[in-house]
Amino acid sequence: MLGRLTIDALPLYSWVAMGGAGVTVLGGLAVVALLTWFRAWGYFWNEWFTSVDHKRIGIMYIVLAMIMLVRGFVDALMMRAQQAIALNDGGYLPPGHFDQVFSSHGTIMIFFMAMPFLTGLINIVVPQQIGARDVAFPFLNSLSFWLTAAGAGLILISLVIGKFSTAGWTGYPPYSGISSSPGVGVDYWLWSVLISGVGSTLTGINFMVTIIKRRAPGLILMRMPLFTWTALCVSILMAFAFPALTVVAALLGLDRIFAMHFFTNADGGNMMNYANLLWIWGHPEVYILILPAFGIYSEVVATFSRKRVFGYHSLVYATAVIAILSFTVWLHHFFTMGASANVNAVFGIATMIIAVPTGVKVFDWLFTMYRGRITFHPAMLWTLGFIVTFVIGGVTGVLLAIPPVDYLMHNTTFLVAHFHNMLIPGALFGFFAGVQYWFPKAFGFRLDEKWGVRAFWCWISGFYLAFMPLYLLGMMGMPRRMERYDIAEWQPYLIVAALGALMVLLGIACMAIQFYVSVQRRESLRDGTGDPWDGRTLEWMTASPPAPYNFAVVPTVDDIDAFQVMKERGTAYRRPDHYLPITMPKNSMIGIMMGAFSFVFGFAMIWHIWWLAVVCGLIMMGAVIARCCNDDAEYTISAEEVAAIENRRYAAMPGVAS
Amino acid sequence: MALCVPVLLLAACGLAEAPVLDPKGPVAMAERDLLFETLAIMMIVAVPVFIMAFVFAWRFRANGGKGRYDPSWSSSLGIEVVIWAVPAAIIVVLGGYVWVNAHKLDPFKQIDPDVEPLVVEVVAQDWKWLFLYPDHDIATVNELVFPAGMPLTLNITSDTVMNAFFVPALGSQIYAMAGMETHLNLLADEAGQFVGRNSQYSGDGFSQQSFVVRAVSQADFDAWVETVRGAGETLDEATYETLRAPSIAHPVVHYDGFEDGLFDRIIMRYMSPEGHDHSATTN
Amino acid sequence: MTMHTAGAHAEHGEDIYGERAFGFWIYLMTDAIIFALLFATYIVMLPGTAGGPGPDTLFSLPRAAGETALLLVSSMTFGFATLSMLAGKRGAVLGWLAVTFVLGLGFIAMEISEFTGMIAMDAGPDRSGFLSSFFALVGTHGLHVSMGMLWIVVLAAQVMTKGLTAPVKSRLFRLGLFWHFLDIVWVGIFSIVYLPGVM
Repeated sequence: MLGRLTIDALPLYSWVAMGGAGVTVLGGLAVVALLTWFRAWGYFWNEWFTSVDHKRIGIMYIVLAMIMLVRGFVDALMMRAQQAIALNDGGYLPPGHFDQVFSSHGTIMIFFMAMPFLTGLINIVVPQQIGARDVAFPFLNSLSFWLTAAGAGLILISLVIGKFSTAGWTGYPPYSGISSSPGVGVDYWLWSVLISGVGSTLTGINFMVTIIKRRAPGLILMRMPLFTWTALCVSILMAFAFPALTVVAALLGLDRIFAMHFFTNADGGNMMNYANLLWIWGHPEVYILILPAFGIYSEVVATFSRKRVFGYHSLVYATAVIAILSFTVWLHHFFTMGASANVNAVFGIATMIIAVPTGVKVFDWLFTMYRGRITFHPAMLWTLGFIVTFVIGGVTGVLLAIPPVDYLMHNTTFLVAHFHNMLIPGALFGFFAGVQYWFPKAFGFRLDEKWGVRAFWCWISGFYLAFMPLYLLGMMGMPRRMERYDIAEWQPYLIVAALGALMVLLGIACMAIQFYVSVQRRESLRDGTGDPWDGRTLEWMTASPPAPYNFAVVPTVDDIDAFQVMKERGTAYRRPDHYLPITMPKNSMIGIMMGAFSFVFGFAMIWHIWWLAVVCGLIMMGAVIARCCNDDAEYTISAEEVAAIENRRYAAMPGVAS
Repeated sequence: MALCVPVLLLAACGLAEAPVLDPKGPVAMAERDLLFETLAIMMIVAVPVFIMAFVFAWRFRANGGKGRYDPSWSSSLGIEVVIWAVPAAIIVVLGGYVWVNAHKLDPFKQIDPDVEPLVVEVVAQDWKWLFLYPDHDIATVNELVFPAGMPLTLNITSDTVMNAFFVPALGSQIYAMAGMETHLNLLADEAGQFVGRNSQYSGDGFSQQSFVVRAVSQADFDAWVETVRGAGETLDEATYETLRAPSIAHPVVHYDGFEDGLFDRIIMRYMSPEGHDHSATTN
Repeated sequence: MTMHTAGAHAEHGEDIYGERAFGFWIYLMTDAIIFALLFATYIVMLPGTAGGPGPDTLFSLPRAAGETALLLVSSMTFGFATLSMLAGKRGAVLGWLAVTFVLGLGFIAMEISEFTGMIAMDAGPDRSGFLSSFFALVGTHGLHVSMGMLWIVVLAAQVMTKGLTAPVKSRLFRLGLFWHFLDIVWVGIFSIVYLPGVM
């Protein structure tokens, strides 16, 4: 009846595990209690959970990302604490538990922190940057979000019921196969990745169509804001790389459930095929994470230098080249598998070539600052911190692209330091800059800058403290993923790294305080114009927060810095003689329903509760059919209503004559 | 010369003994030099970025910066050419490096084709390493001993999940995979004792899956072979089956002799038609 | 000035059916990547028979040719359904959809009998890496065909209840893309799996 699920699935095996489960359960209960206490269920259901508005969905993505960031960071703290004391028998986590921690850290940070974060920012900003009223497929957007949330839910529930995978975030077989990992851990990893991966593929399709088909008149490709350019490249990568993840995870699932032999040691299985399939997704994924941040830096650096971005065309071509090359380098993740020198050399050189467009982008940002008027808003600080730090990661990346150097440094903490050095400045700092930059657009008031600056300094110093020692430990030959070690010389470096993690914790605390303080002082931080930073692109033309339809009248674009030029010409806030009615998509509960049932479906597959999986599968199929038969998915906002909304906006706008 | 600076700097951090910085064989030495040479070349791009980031941020700050403000300045052919051409030129040079060195340091390539290497067969197990010396008919667990100055050819496989064989002081690691054979060619310049380990996460005993590596003189090696021969136990089929059961922090063990063709048999157990043997990886 | 010219855009200036068709094309390309990787996996795993049966003993060319014929003809009949749709002939659309469904059913029936036959002779997907990859590739295609048939039923019902409205026509058009796409994939399966297997 309940498959493999028994009372033994509860985490009674250790206090640490029970603590994690307790916090998860209490956190969930607290949210439910708060919503009930404030009688907010109706509001959240009608305005948020069933919403197909890209801005609402974007905010929900980012809230999810923030929750998962904290969860993934707790894993990081636990690992740093363990390794700081784990000389000989000093650790507090046994191997089976430590391994769950590093596996869930990687899985969460990639799939459930970075992916929702960038998807959320793209959601909020891109339709506004291209002068659109919504994405091409608003319902699909809601579905993508709830599938991602379902995957995240599976990861969270794995803390409470059963154990998570110990096979690392890449889940290499044969170790992740059923004979070495018979428990539910790998299945939790597998199903959360599969379900959210489908969501990412759909997001990719959605934004490809949105950006190609829904641009405002005059917004030709070579006038698109750079964030939209990176979003377009990322959408292409998502749509064409995520199917590889779906395939590799599905095949591993077939191995595990139906005793097939794709990646098993014996019976004709071939684990090398897994490594290839996984990284055919995995390397483009790196650029899926990094490119949107590049786009954010391009916007931020121009706005806070009060100047046109330098080398727009170079930046566009560099972005496109990076996106294309990202599909040609996957083998560098396993130079040590024994491929021939020719193969390794070709992939090594292909990898290095990516350094060229990346370097060009860095110089373009620097020359955007040149002859500018730079204000050190937190968004700009994150950008500067990124430029300096990212170059170090790029240098170590080129080192690792040389096969013989990789033979020496692969699987060591040098590698760990390298990819954190790419992804923390190259993705996360960018997302933070994006939050500082676009928060007023989403919520109508600015964030407190003092606490933003403090958060930045804590994060960046914490980053250096945490990861520079790992480079050195790599030089000392320390492999990654060690739950204990017997070489005393390593310990001081690991203690410094742990202190770095504590610094980052302070940074996260500053961010939390920043949100709290800003909400408290929201009246004095209010942004009445919709354009708090003297922005250059179309998203600053809408109200903050924007009306459901973003633009009452779709603007016509004739420049890269479209809004800046309109302001210079004095046409930015000109109003039409009369407004027209606007058709918008209706809310739908099918998205959240599909998410809920895919969560239960995943849970049933993990625990081998077959009947429940079949029931959920049928319900989801029925929901899709119902949606497919629905011809009444839109409603119209009347011209009077539009005029009323716009009148309110212009009346409240300081300094602009209505 | 350029190498001296970073090496000295790192040495100053108390890293003088770090295996990667103080290699004990030509392979690791070449790989280390490659690392630092490349690092030095890339400073051509990296150092200007650091300087420009700070100088531009300071000179063009809104609050009192001395730099000229020109909000429409957004392109310059000269600068564009330089920022594309210089990184591209560096990558062309480094690409040449990659090609030459990927071949020169191919782990499968014998170090000196004129010298007959010592061949050792290596088997990764949960969670220990088995070394078979076919020329001497001896076997050891978690101890690899060989003559310094003599090329070493390791034929590597796994009797469990994927592992990676790695002796940081000697250089180059390579995966060990069941049903497959990979190769690693190493050389120790002089006598010494190093640490080797599995660097690819493989389960509960992974952190303690290390082994002793000793490069010794030819005379000491011969003496050591004699000691192992006196071990009294041979690695027959039954002993092997016991040995391959998972064990953590397995002590060093010596065997005087092992079953003929054991290494090939271990590979074939995953290849043969009857290979329905899942016990190989069952905990 | 910049504002007023945009007024025409206020209603559905967006070509929503064009967008949907474009989105569906991209979806088909993502699906094509799934199949491409399954093909690659099949080719990689061809030697992994683990002493079990290989392509030469398992595949029968007449059966594969029969399956091919059914699917190709169904693609043609779907084409007739599309032509009838463009001509606005509701009854003919329903008729051709029914024929397409029956042909698809015949294909699936042949495939199921092939699979059950293989499983009965100890050549199921758990026998060897080669067979795992065969069942994954051909089975995924079969699953797609089954989904396409379910979709035919749903759209036939829509044609019956709603008539040939613009949204229904746009859905039929996309189903057509899907059905022809599966045909192309099958041609790949026939040429890469069955033909070399028996030659």
